[in-house]
Amino acid sequence: MDVINLTKSTDWNFIEEVSKESGQNPSLCYQCGNCTAGCPYTNYFDFPVSQIMRLLQSGQKDTILSSKAIWLCATCETCTTRCPCEIDVANVMDTLRIIARRENKVSEKDIKLFYDTFLASMKQHGRLFEVGTLMAYNLKSGHFFADAELGPKVMEKGKIHFFPNNIKGRDKVAKIFTRFQEKAKKHG
Amino acid sequence: MRVGVFICHCGSNIAGTIDVAKVAAEMRKVPGVAFATNYMYTCSEPGQDEIKEAIKREKLNRIVVAACSPRMHELTFRRTIEKAGLNRYFLEMANIREHISWIGLDKEANTNKAIESVKMAVAKAMNNKPLYSQSFKVNKRVLVIGGGVAGMQAALDCADGGLEVILVEKSPSVGGMMARLDKTFPTIDCSICILGPKMVDVAQHDKIKLYAYSEVDDIKGYVGNYQIKIKKKATYVDWVKCTGCGACMEKCPAKNSYDHFNFGVAPTRAINIPFPQAIPKKAKIDPNYCRQFVKGKCGVCAKICPTGAINYEMQDEIITEDVGAIIVASGYGLVDMDKFPEYGAGRYPDVITGIQYERLLNASGPTEGHILRPSDKTEPKTVVFVSCAGSRDKSCGIPYCSNFCCMYIAKQAILTKDHIPDSQSYVFYMDIRSPGKGYDEFTRRAQEDYGAKYVRGRVSRIYPKGKKMVVVGADTLLGTQVEVEADLVVLATAVTAAPGAPQLAEKLHISYDTFGFYVEGHPKLRPVETNTAGVYLAGCAQGPKDIPASVGQGSAAASKVQALFSKDMLESDPAVAKVNENTCVGCLKCIMTCPFGAVKEKELRGGRIVANVIETVCAGCGVCTATCPCGAIQLSHFTDNQLLAEVNTICQK
Repeated sequence: MDVINLTKSTDWNFIEEVSKESGQNPSLCYQCGNCTAGCPYTNYFDFPVSQIMRLLQSGQKDTILSSKAIWLCATCETCTTRCPCEIDVANVMDTLRIIARRENKVSEKDIKLFYDTFLASMKQHGRLFEVGTLMAYNLKSGHFFADAELGPKVMEKGKIHFFPNNIKGRDKVAKIFTRFQEKAKKHG
Repeated sequence: MRVGVFICHCGSNIAGTIDVAKVAAEMRKVPGVAFATNYMYTCSEPGQDEIKEAIKREKLNRIVVAACSPRMHELTFRRTIEKAGLNRYFLEMANIREHISWIGLDKEANTNKAIESVKMAVAKAMNNKPLYSQSFKVNKRVLVIGGGVAGMQAALDCADGGLEVILVEKSPSVGGMMARLDKTFPTIDCSICILGPKMVDVAQHDKIKLYAYSEVDDIKGYVGNYQIKIKKKATYVDWVKCTGCGACMEKCPAKNSYDHFNFGVAPTRAINIPFPQAIPKKAKIDPNYCRQFVKGKCGVCAKICPTGAINYEMQDEIITEDVGAIIVASGYGLVDMDKFPEYGAGRYPDVITGIQYERLLNASGPTEGHILRPSDKTEPKTVVFVSCAGSRDKSCGIPYCSNFCCMYIAKQAILTKDHIPDSQSYVFYMDIRSPGKGYDEFTRRAQEDYGAKYVRGRVSRIYPKGKKMVVVGADTLLGTQVEVEADLVVLATAVTAAPGAPQLAEKLHISYDTFGFYVEGHPKLRPVETNTAGVYLAGCAQGPKDIPASVGQGSAAASKVQALFSKDMLESDPAVAKVNENTCVGCLKCIMTCPFGAVKEKELRGGRIVANVIETVCAGCGVCTATCPCGAIQLSHFTDNQLLAEVNTICQK
């Protein structure tokens, strides 16, 4: 890592923005490392979660938003459970993803795409249509045959179906999405 | 009436957010105020001299000082005006620092509030009456609660100074936590070897009366004259006859009793002497495990005892002692393992606490000083120490540092290498806190000379894998997750207040914090005093601390008692409740509400019943005055007239 000039590169507004949106106070973190100690995905992360918290404390906006770690986080909430300072770390990670998206700084395009496809399926069917989601994701991401070998196995067990199983009143679920999008537009 | 008003700047503490000159100017307009001024530091010597000179020059007869809290300087200024010839109760203080200047930034609002506050004090001062203290005799005996190292030190220092000491210890032997330790940091000297002689001194000192296996049941009275009820718990062994031979312990068939002294590392017998160096070295039956009590028949110990000391019919006994001062050294507790589900919550036998490991290291412990895993009695080759198990953990309700764990972990890592040369210790830590003399060198020695591997990070999870315990943690310096396959895991469990600490505090009328630790009079300047006269603190009852600090506090508390007892007579505070016998209807509700038992029934000539306040017992809390339906009981210096004068002042516009 390069030398960080704390005088010049500390983005105080970013710290404020994350605290406000997540409702968590990053100053509470005393860097004990318990979040990293319990994190099941830390070996895939470019920065372990305790270092993400440290980067946040030092206002290193660009480093955080371009990190892979915030997208690889599975939101299992072990960090939140273990944190002795009662910080909802998973919520902070979620907030960081939201900000990264808003600022078009998504480092893991596929993961963002997966989220989008997932939500599109929810909007359309009122619940998850697994096969549709998977096909849309595979087509858009270019990984055409990703996880295709699992298909027959789960199909056999009746876990997924070829046709969507729409819920009653799925228009109401769709309305939730529209309402949210309108609200988001209003607040910029 | 000629009132003098002195407004203190307290440097910028008050003058920073209050226009003190304006307050003084406003006061000059108040009827009755003959003189008003403001001064940089009223509590300083020239500041006090100014008050004295003004009293003489302006013929002042009531003084108002507007400054800090009366808890800080009321006594200072009372003495000042007394030296100038006024009764000390002619002083009134307005707290414009803690109540006004420190809590608001709006200078105008603060100044207005200060003016009102000082006006109230003037109104009260004009209604103040001269009061005179009474003197009473001091009972020069001292009660020490707790026979750990702090309590024993306090008891010995008092006794060596010629005072009679009553030492009450809850467990069957004195020694406390220190008696359980193997070696002590940073010198690795044997704990019981340095403590043992003190324990013997306590037992043999002709000025110390030791009540072991006893608890303080009730405390009545006030500084100089306390009546203490001590409950001697039934031991079911006549300690006069018991010689401590231990024959009963050898033959007792109840072999699976919980060993309180060893924190359950190994079982003990239902009748036992806690450890070989116990003082008094007497046996005691645990009725929860004794077959005679559980099943109704056994009697082996009674048959075997050569002196016939066993008495299954023994009852708790209440003893009364009169003392003049109390030193509280009731020690600490440890957080339960069940607080840590991620560490197995006490389910894994090879995850133990620091104090349990201490017993495994100790030559007089259940393994005779050989480190053996509780599960299979084998020697562990890899030992992991987890610091801050509960400490500095808000989610555990313990945000504070337990003070001495960093040091004892380093010591235990050193001792582990000493006992098992081919072993490897790992220490998971957040920060190494070793600020004492020779302490940091000691933790470095654990790493440099004894090869303990210190890993900077917390442990998230411990789980069994075959015969090993896998410890999953973080190394934040490497920025990775780390795992250690350990044979034994030692948790440095957090220090808590002793069980029952709040209840004892309530008996003593002393304050305790959210965690149950007793609150000292002032965090810096009155570290062993409490806000209750005659009650002093020592050791971990006040907060987690190591042996040198506990011993230091024990001695400090003893010297405070010596100073208190250097006078034969003490002066009572005259700001106590008084009964107007003409208006008292004798309903005696005040007797029921008085928390100090200071109000008694009195029969006048002619048979009329009225309430009567015992001045020396009354603490001046004022509960009785609020209870009295006809205003017959009044708290001197805080009478209804005095308080209403203040209320009238702020209600006037």
